[in-house]
Amino acid sequence: MKYLDEFRDADLVKIVIEKIHRVTKHPWVIMEICGGQTHSIMQNGIDQLLPPQVELVHGPGCPVCVTSLELVDKALAIASLPNVIMCSFGDMLRVPGSGNDLFSIRAAGGQVKIVYSPLDSVKIAQANPDMEVVFFAVGFETTAPANLMSVIQAQSLGLKNFSVLVSQVTVPPAMHAILGSPENRVQGFLAAGHVCSVMGFHEYIPIAEKYRIPIVVTGFEPLDILNGILMTVEQLEAGTFEVQNGYNRVVSKEGNLPAQALINKVYMQCDRNWRGIGMIPMSGWCLRPEYSDFDAEQRFSVENIKTKESEVCIAGQILQGIKKPPQCPAFGTLCTPEAPLGATMVSSEGACAAYYRFARFEKEKS
Amino acid sequence: MIAEEKPVSIQGAVCAVPLRHYDKIVMGHGSGGRMTQDLIKQCFAPYLSNPALDAGNDFATLTSNVNGPMTVSTDAHIVSPLVFPGGDIGSLAVCGTVNDVAMSGAAPLGLTASFVLEEGLSTQILVEIVKSMAKSALEAGVPIVAADTKVVERGKADGLFISTAGFGHFPTVYTIGGDQAKPGDVVLISGSLGDHGIAVLTARGDLAFETQVESDVAPLNHMIEQILAVSPHVHVLRDPTRGGLATTLNEIAEQSQVNITIDEKSIPVKPAVQTACEMLGFDPLYVANEGKLIVIVPQNEAEVALTAIQSNKYGKDACIIGRVMESPAGRVLLKTQIGATRVLDVMAGEMLPRIC
Repeated sequence: MKYLDEFRDADLVKIVIEKIHRVTKHPWVIMEICGGQTHSIMQNGIDQLLPPQVELVHGPGCPVCVTSLELVDKALAIASLPNVIMCSFGDMLRVPGSGNDLFSIRAAGGQVKIVYSPLDSVKIAQANPDMEVVFFAVGFETTAPANLMSVIQAQSLGLKNFSVLVSQVTVPPAMHAILGSPENRVQGFLAAGHVCSVMGFHEYIPIAEKYRIPIVVTGFEPLDILNGILMTVEQLEAGTFEVQNGYNRVVSKEGNLPAQALINKVYMQCDRNWRGIGMIPMSGWCLRPEYSDFDAEQRFSVENIKTKESEVCIAGQILQGIKKPPQCPAFGTLCTPEAPLGATMVSSEGACAAYYRFARFEKEKS
Repeated sequence: MIAEEKPVSIQGAVCAVPLRHYDKIVMGHGSGGRMTQDLIKQCFAPYLSNPALDAGNDFATLTSNVNGPMTVSTDAHIVSPLVFPGGDIGSLAVCGTVNDVAMSGAAPLGLTASFVLEEGLSTQILVEIVKSMAKSALEAGVPIVAADTKVVERGKADGLFISTAGFGHFPTVYTIGGDQAKPGDVVLISGSLGDHGIAVLTARGDLAFETQVESDVAPLNHMIEQILAVSPHVHVLRDPTRGGLATTLNEIAEQSQVNITIDEKSIPVKPAVQTACEMLGFDPLYVANEGKLIVIVPQNEAEVALTAIQSNKYGKDACIIGRVMESPAGRVLLKTQIGATRVLDVMAGEMLPRIC
């Protein structure tokens, strides 16, 4: 397939791997921000081909994983109401809340629908005027434009029965949080290519300068990821700390300006709780007051929620690159994709799920 | 004003007896009375005719000169939508059960089918589905010898559920089963993966894109006869239906306590299926097939088995995809296209489209 096969070519991959082996002289810890990259690394076995000095740690860029427990519980509470249709991306249905998940709500009679596009939930609202239709708008900068288009479309259609439960988070504050932590091990970043396709990468320049850390905008195919690693290692070995674009077939420095304008029109910055990590100031977006009619948190009073997180789950440390999934005592035993304790075991982009699916055998061997 | 009188058609082009003006299934069709008889005469009997069924009893008596073991399989069929590119619930029911029986190495002899009809189902669609069953049964050479219908109230079924049973005998006795894979064996697949799952998903119409992918639903009993004629020492025959190739291979590795290692580069996937999977975040190795066959054979019979599969119209794209090894027992490993090796696990639950 065009634009995919070229970036999975075994011969080209071999050339880049040889280059990485040649330039690597010292041990380095590199974090891929995005869960899509984690998935690709594990799915293709990229980590197995790297020199032992290059350690990849997996970042917080998995929207399912970092959506706060409080918001998941709110979604569960709203979805349980009799006149509500809760629309969600498929990934979110299996995410454990304090008690159950959206699948259980559906089995108990709640109306929960998987949508492939946020705009599908607007169509569902049009088709069901007697029901309240709620879209669970999770995601990073990548999903923000499509998510907010549902609000804009519902507004232009004059829909009164549509609202969104917003759990929108952004990457740069999370990078600050990781780099500012006393436990930080990360020495270089592969920035998330699709986030940058919307936002550009100028936001990363002050981060690279402040923490003297190289950041390479990286795509998702094997060759993209290996190229990102090569560029990062070259910088680390040379002692430079620039922001480089390794995904220039998709990403420009300024990003998608019309999408950014829409984001600024509908959303404003706010504090967000990251599941497993905690509150990061100004690390997300919520609806501006002029769109509060579409805010599910205001429309439904589901205040009295007491959250309860698993006591053994170490998802927070995994999402900050401090620990890896096999270091968790529950990994593969108490916690599996069939019965996840934490959200990192749920989504295909979650680091624990990726390790479980693709590298469980490695743990058994060790 | 007097309405213009139109001649009343008593006998339609297809129907021997008019369905008393109902173009939809109503509760009366399940009463067991005249309406049920009408339904059977009009929608089932003309298409599924064979001596055992035509006898009109609540049982089918079959003549048999079978000595030795027999094999039986049963299956329930639910699919939404009922009709999809390349097939429908009828072809799925017949092929699925014929294939399950044939995977033992048996020659399928007959099927039974029971139909749960939802009030409101279009009788035209029902006839189309029964015709499709007849067509698949004819192709497989396996008659539907007994059948039953029930009607449930609207909302208590999704249009139509079909439950089937199939049985077969062994003209030649083989030792074939999921527990028979041996180290050194070769793993073959009869064609491209994921066609059925993507065709059905697309036909539901809730994706923002369309594909030209057709379901691969097909009876595989003739292909299996061709294989066994030249490769009598086949160890495993299995159709990778729900859960796809990955899940089925894991079942075999577990049953046989062997390792199966397959090569990602050699696995056939149609570009349209690959594209749809890339967009949805699906892995074609986990997507359902309804007309594909995994064959595990000793190495010295691999080439003749492959040629036999390729000579069948449903096996033109057949190829070797991997090998059976001793360890790690119970595991399936995948050599990735960039040369690494990883676990190929079973599917956890429902395959869920990813967020971005």
